[in-house]
Amino acid sequence: MNSKSNTNLQELYTTMKRIRVFEERVAELFVRGETAGSMLHLSIGEELGPACVTKAMIDGDTFTTHHRGHGIFLARGGDPDKMMAEIAGKKDGYCKGKGGSMHIADMSLGHLGANAIVGGGIPTVVGAALSYKYLNKKNVSIAFFGDGAMQQGILYESMNMAALWKLPVVFCCINNQYGMGTKIDDAVAVKDFSLRAKSFGLECLHVNHLDAEKAYTDIREIVDNTRNNKPSFIEVECYRFYGHARKDKSPYRNEDEEIENRKLDPIAFAKENILTQNILNEEEIKSIEMTVDKEMDVSMNYAINSPLNEEAEIFTDVYDKSYTIESVDSRINNILKNK
Amino acid sequence: MKIPEQDFFEKITFRDALRLAMYDEMKDDKNVIILGEDVAKYGGAYGATKNLLEQFGSDRVIDTPISEPTIVGTAIGAAMTGLKPIAELMYVDFFGMSMDQIGNQSAKIRYMFGGQISVPMVIRTQGGTGRSGGAQHSQSLESWIMYIPGLYLVMPSNPNDAYHLLRDSLKTNTPTVFIEHKLLYNFEGPLDKKNKVQFGKANILKEGNSISIIAYSRMTNFAVEAARKLKEDNISAEIIDLRTLNPLDKNTIINSVKKTRHALVLSEGHYTTGVASEITSIIFENCFKVLKKPVIRYTAEDTPVPVAPNLEKNYVPTVDRIIDYAKKIIT
Ligand SMILES: Cc1ncc(C[n+]2csc(CCOP(=O)(O)OP(=O)(O)O)c2C)c(N)n1
Ligand SMILES: [Mg+2]
Repeated sequence: MNSKSNTNLQELYTTMKRIRVFEERVAELFVRGETAGSMLHLSIGEELGPACVTKAMIDGDTFTTHHRGHGIFLARGGDPDKMMAEIAGKKDGYCKGKGGSMHIADMSLGHLGANAIVGGGIPTVVGAALSYKYLNKKNVSIAFFGDGAMQQGILYESMNMAALWKLPVVFCCINNQYGMGTKIDDAVAVKDFSLRAKSFGLECLHVNHLDAEKAYTDIREIVDNTRNNKPSFIEVECYRFYGHARKDKSPYRNEDEEIENRKLDPIAFAKENILTQNILNEEEIKSIEMTVDKEMDVSMNYAINSPLNEEAEIFTDVYDKSYTIESVDSRINNILKNK
Repeated sequence: MKIPEQDFFEKITFRDALRLAMYDEMKDDKNVIILGEDVAKYGGAYGATKNLLEQFGSDRVIDTPISEPTIVGTAIGAAMTGLKPIAELMYVDFFGMSMDQIGNQSAKIRYMFGGQISVPMVIRTQGGTGRSGGAQHSQSLESWIMYIPGLYLVMPSNPNDAYHLLRDSLKTNTPTVFIEHKLLYNFEGPLDKKNKVQFGKANILKEGNSISIIAYSRMTNFAVEAARKLKEDNISAEIIDLRTLNPLDKNTIINSVKKTRHALVLSEGHYTTGVASEITSIIFENCFKVLKKPVIRYTAEDTPVPVAPNLEKNYVPTVDRIIDYAKKIIT
């Protein structure tokens, strides 16, 4: 039974399930009016990439994510309590409630930041990899971004520099077929993204199936290879099961398409494999699911019960601690006092 | 959502007024096109271009890839060769990546080439706080634009102004940045297509004689609310809605302050080197002798925008504090 690869599948399944349920609880938190706003981008349906790529990471590796980054962060070890609290804009969140869903991060896990600017976090990993090469570390830095970011010029400047300087960078495109309401066919003339990456001199891997175990093996290989200063490009194809952000009901695509594509569920696929390969039985899977459910319920309640941050927090973290920012209120009152 | 055809609306949203302006302009001038991310099928992130694709087709309402510098650059090229493009940048924050095309290219072309050519284009964008969008989706970057010679800058506060100023923007023959506040899209007011607005002229929204409150965009509505409450205390505030920041209607500001001898300037931008700093210094320069108190600028804090709703709310001016400062200024 529990051969190495079987444990891999079981682990990947659990990670993907945790992402799915985490995101479902974020959706619930939103419906209950407990999130900071509605700019919440869920990775439901896209769990395979985050689970497999983060599993190929080692201590000291770093990464940046796009705005749809909850899943990647959670898979890399993010604490769902603090993540959920951040999404709620609360004091106990990873960034004190000042960053929110789109800027969630934990530097101690090598998370160099989620980003609300499409493409904004990509060159950061080139710089991180420059450090590793200079400091003689065997680490890689990975940029996660969507198919929409494939159309940002900054990606190509980054690819070129990474290839030119032979840096341990992984460019990882989570291709969910849409950039907001724009289908990929309306955004590019040639969909084979690897062609672009190859032309810069990057190693390429294109994952377009639901087999997490196989994806992990292939991704592991290319990421390990990248550690030897061979920059790479990984594209993971998937489908964005729901709207772009919480308020988007996807009127620009038809229901048949959605129903058809939601069948491409990496979690259901993994579960099926686990059962047919007799890695776990129904009951054991049920027990994993219940554990995950409970974990995420606890996190949701943690976020709800976390206090609001104090107003003074508006002014912290802008500069080094020695620099204090005077509030507008204080400036105005001083002026009016002086006459 | 069909596009209504009448000339007068007792009540229309800011969003629909913008939509109508584009619709009417596109009907009148077949060289007007719209391009931007999700402007066609999606109808714009904030819905301002809904149904325009159905009306005018995909040659004129064009979804672009997520490539901001090139959206602006393409508009420039099209404008130099006979079209009148409306380029939409979904958030003003994305000016960060497009500033070369906006500031170094569109603004400079007529001047650098000795007046040989104009760049008749409008960049429509959206900014401000109120949706917990955080540091990269909530900024007020109008001072970036106001600083650059060669760009007009429009920031309307109500549907009627939005309609007329957007149509006028397309006729200025000058690259014009048109910034909409994200919380204004659902704001309702009348629209009279015949009640034109003079481009570059501020609007005295309410006359008064104890203090001049100078505002633009959403802050205008805060000022109106504050003035209503100030009236209960017999304080008569004059409210000036700037409407366009470039051209800036200095005379209306100066004349008002000469009358009231007190001034409070509102802006959702930062305190330091913001639009409010500029207006404040204009008042000091021109009204120094009549001023009874220092001019006060009440703005957002000099920090990035926080996500937490409770922090975000107090990060920008509030009606309560506007009232408080107005009272302190005149007493
Ligand atoms: C520079 C920039 N342009 C536009 C946007 C608005 N926007 C946010 S997400 C998004 C779509 C991104 O698509 P993709 O990169 O495929 O990521 P996905 O949302 O599909 O995960 C857009 C256009 C933005 N945040 N930043
Ligand atoms: Mg996408």
